[in-house]
Amino acid sequence: MSVEKFLFYVFAAMLIFASVMVITRRNPVHSVLFLVLAFFNAAALWMLAEAEFLAIALVLVYVGAVMVLFLFVVMMLDIDLSEMRAGFMKYLPLGIGISAVMVVELLMVVGPAYFGLDKYAAPAAKAADYSNTEALGTLLYTEYLYPFEIAAVILLVAIIAAISLTLRKRPETKYQDPSKQVTVKKEHRLRVIKMEAEE
Amino acid sequence: MIALSDYLIVSAILFSLSVAGIFINRKNLILLLMCIELMLLAVNINFVAFSYFLDDMAGQVFVFFILTVAAAEAAIGLAILVVLFRNRHTINVQDLDTLKG
Repeated sequence: MSVEKFLFYVFAAMLIFASVMVITRRNPVHSVLFLVLAFFNAAALWMLAEAEFLAIALVLVYVGAVMVLFLFVVMMLDIDLSEMRAGFMKYLPLGIGISAVMVVELLMVVGPAYFGLDKYAAPAAKAADYSNTEALGTLLYTEYLYPFEIAAVILLVAIIAAISLTLRKRPETKYQDPSKQVTVKKEHRLRVIKMEAEE
Repeated sequence: MIALSDYLIVSAILFSLSVAGIFINRKNLILLLMCIELMLLAVNINFVAFSYFLDDMAGQVFVFFILTVAAAEAAIGLAILVVLFRNRHTINVQDLDTLKG
């Protein structure tokens, strides 16, 4: 067994283990942490498939941003865990049954009979100065430039949507109104009083 | 050597596990979102594996865009979740029956 194959099996086994733990843990915080582990192992699998840039992007974007956001939300909301777990055992046989049927069906399609090494041979190793990031970047900024710009707009929409959804104006909060501030006149602030001189 | 079918089998198992997760955690909205993330990860593994074995970079470009959209989806989904919890004080899917669905 080659080193790559051994590493592949280790990372694949850890990935499956972590995802089983994600869906069965009682505490959502543990689920999020196991999901982080699953993403790390998936990144290692992508590294074995020579998609280095995407592997690093997965760690940075998912583990660094999205999972931290999940963790933040899970810890911020105080959820009644026992109520959430009701029906877990009731739906467990159904879930296992459906997923077992799905696995068997998928394995019949994607098994080694159709996608084995004899059908799809592993590609030749790239040259030492080949850069996956450079190849992806060249493709993104030439052929896929328009979808790339649309992806940027989607991210902008997501930012605005997330902020405007969670923003709330509280009546007791004091805040400044810049348009009123810049249109203020001298008469609004200064009052000149005529009065007799006092001794 | 690692065969293409190895990657496909891992991602098939991962996808089925996340479907099972949606079934058994059907009350907890946060776990449902996490299972959707796992499904997207399984699909992305397929894309990367095919990109490697067919020697075509387009698959990796697709993964790039899926990651972008998934990040946006997670951000908006969690924002909706927070607003929902603030208004209803629950994220139990069974309690969200205003639309009589």
